[in-house]
Amino acid sequence: MITIENLNFGYSEKRILTVPHMEIKEKQHLMILGKSGSGKTTLLHILGGLLKPVEGKVIIDETNLYQLSGSEMDKYRGQNIGLVFQKAHLVSALTVKDNLLLAQYFSGIPQDKARIKEVLETLNLGEKLNSKVRQLSQGEQQRVTIARALLNKPRVILADEPTASLDDDNANSVIQLLKEQAESNNASLIIATHDQRVKDAFDLQLNLNEQ
Amino acid sequence: MNLFLLSWKYIKDKPLNTFLNVLLMGLGIAIILVLMILNSQLEENLAKNKRGIDLVVGAKGSPLQLILANVYHIDFPTGNIKLDEAKALTRNRQVKSAIPLALGDNYQGFRIVGTNHDYVKLYEGSLASGGLWKYNLECTIGTNVAMQLGLKIGDEFFGAHGLSDTDLDHDEASYKIVGILEPSNSALDNLILTNIESIWQVHDHSAEEGEEEADHDHDNEPVLGSAYETGLPEGGPEDEITSMLIQYRSAMGAVTMPRMINSNTNMQAASPAFETQRLFSLMGIGVNMIKSFAYIIIVIAGLSIFISLYNALKDRKYDLAIMRSLGASKTKLFVHVIFEGIIITTIGGALGFVLGHGLVEFLTGLYEKSEAIGISGMVLVKGEFYVLLISVGVGVLASILPAFNAYRTDISKVLAQE
Repeated sequence: MITIENLNFGYSEKRILTVPHMEIKEKQHLMILGKSGSGKTTLLHILGGLLKPVEGKVIIDETNLYQLSGSEMDKYRGQNIGLVFQKAHLVSALTVKDNLLLAQYFSGIPQDKARIKEVLETLNLGEKLNSKVRQLSQGEQQRVTIARALLNKPRVILADEPTASLDDDNANSVIQLLKEQAESNNASLIIATHDQRVKDAFDLQLNLNEQ
Repeated sequence: MNLFLLSWKYIKDKPLNTFLNVLLMGLGIAIILVLMILNSQLEENLAKNKRGIDLVVGAKGSPLQLILANVYHIDFPTGNIKLDEAKALTRNRQVKSAIPLALGDNYQGFRIVGTNHDYVKLYEGSLASGGLWKYNLECTIGTNVAMQLGLKIGDEFFGAHGLSDTDLDHDEASYKIVGILEPSNSALDNLILTNIESIWQVHDHSAEEGEEEADHDHDNEPVLGSAYETGLPEGGPEDEITSMLIQYRSAMGAVTMPRMINSNTNMQAASPAFETQRLFSLMGIGVNMIKSFAYIIIVIAGLSIFISLYNALKDRKYDLAIMRSLGASKTKLFVHVIFEGIIITTIGGALGFVLGHGLVEFLTGLYEKSEAIGISGMVLVKGEFYVLLISVGVGVLASILPAFNAYRTDISKVLAQE
């Protein structure tokens, strides 16, 4: 489902990482492990169509990501890739509902309030529909970003250090939540982390420390 | 959700900042509009009142004063001229028509003007009721006179000496109203028109009161004016009028007549076109200064919007990167920021529109003469639309650099800086 071929990437010329070949099949999940500064965020951004690699291909469902034009890529990303970050990046001027509407609007799919309610309810956020983002707790904000990532039923969910700022209990439950949601949406989940507590959650692993 | 709504929600999220920017913009636009409204109405009314008058002939003095007193009825007359000299002038071949005016009295602040029916025709005045004056001491009044003083046909009143309402009454002879004019938006609206002989009669009385006491019965019989329709009245060698409004027969008149009058007679000739132009160029300096001031305020408003957008976008670079990651194209972010600028300045422009018109209307309410000059805040003037376009333009200018920064947002870099 996701194929990486001959990927070269790096944030300076000194340190270029290579992933010669990797394939993630349908319903498979991947854990990218590495210390901070090892390039896992960069790799995640490349998989999410946010950053062009130095060389190589990323193919998701037969779409060669970096052959798309700028705006095609934006649209593809909005519809097929859900992103979850370490910090809950939400638009704080807006309500929870508007934040989710934004995800539907920008990806170009019809704005569907019923779908928003449905997703928020599965994450126990049904009552927060009209709350301003600022009024939510950290944990609630994190769950809203997960709701946003799931909203458009993406093929791939990319999570960058989703557990870094959480305690043990919450770290495990967030990973479980992401896994459950990915599976119920038929999406592949890719998590980049250096968090030892959750590294064994998936069988398929890519360890950037070894390079 | 759409880009416009998104921009609007960001604006609503910072009410104080928005308020300041809108207020600055509104003030700048309001000042410009006030100037435009006043200027255009003043210009229009001045042009209307001088239509058909090529030259004003009166006593020597300031030419501008001569025009202001005899065409617009706002300044005091420069003095009087001899009736005989005026009559001699009307025989000049260059003169197509000459309307005599005799000023000097008022009733409750409204000027009593001795003239003939040509004066009403000059401004295309028509009667609302009654008729034009024929007999001495009959008068026809303008619409504002009738309305503000509550006068009707058949009413009688005593004129007062001078041109302001504090002077002494001529309580010997009373004027009788025989007609009321329709509104014409010209000088006529604020005048009381009568025969020149009526004016003489009122004044003669005060001078000759003693010796003519025996003739009192005479005065009660109405005397038909000698030239109520057109031309100059008969009269003795001592009689005077204030001025004459002259129309040339051909353009040649403009070349020869003013010089001839100014150098060969005791009278002065002044051209309304030239003098009003001079007046406007004098006023123009002040108007332009205030206008520059208003433009400075608008520039500051633009700058203030630019700075607040620029600073806000520093805090919002994560928001922008998130929007990109959700599928927003670069162009959409550009438009989103531009919208924010335009919305603020457009609201400012609308506020300025309301403030500007409201201010003029408020001021005209305070200043009773403004109605006489014909100024109102409830009219749209030419060019107003362009001023409102300026406000949109300022919005675009103020937001274009921040918008370009938003356009260039490097998603990966911003998101990696956690």
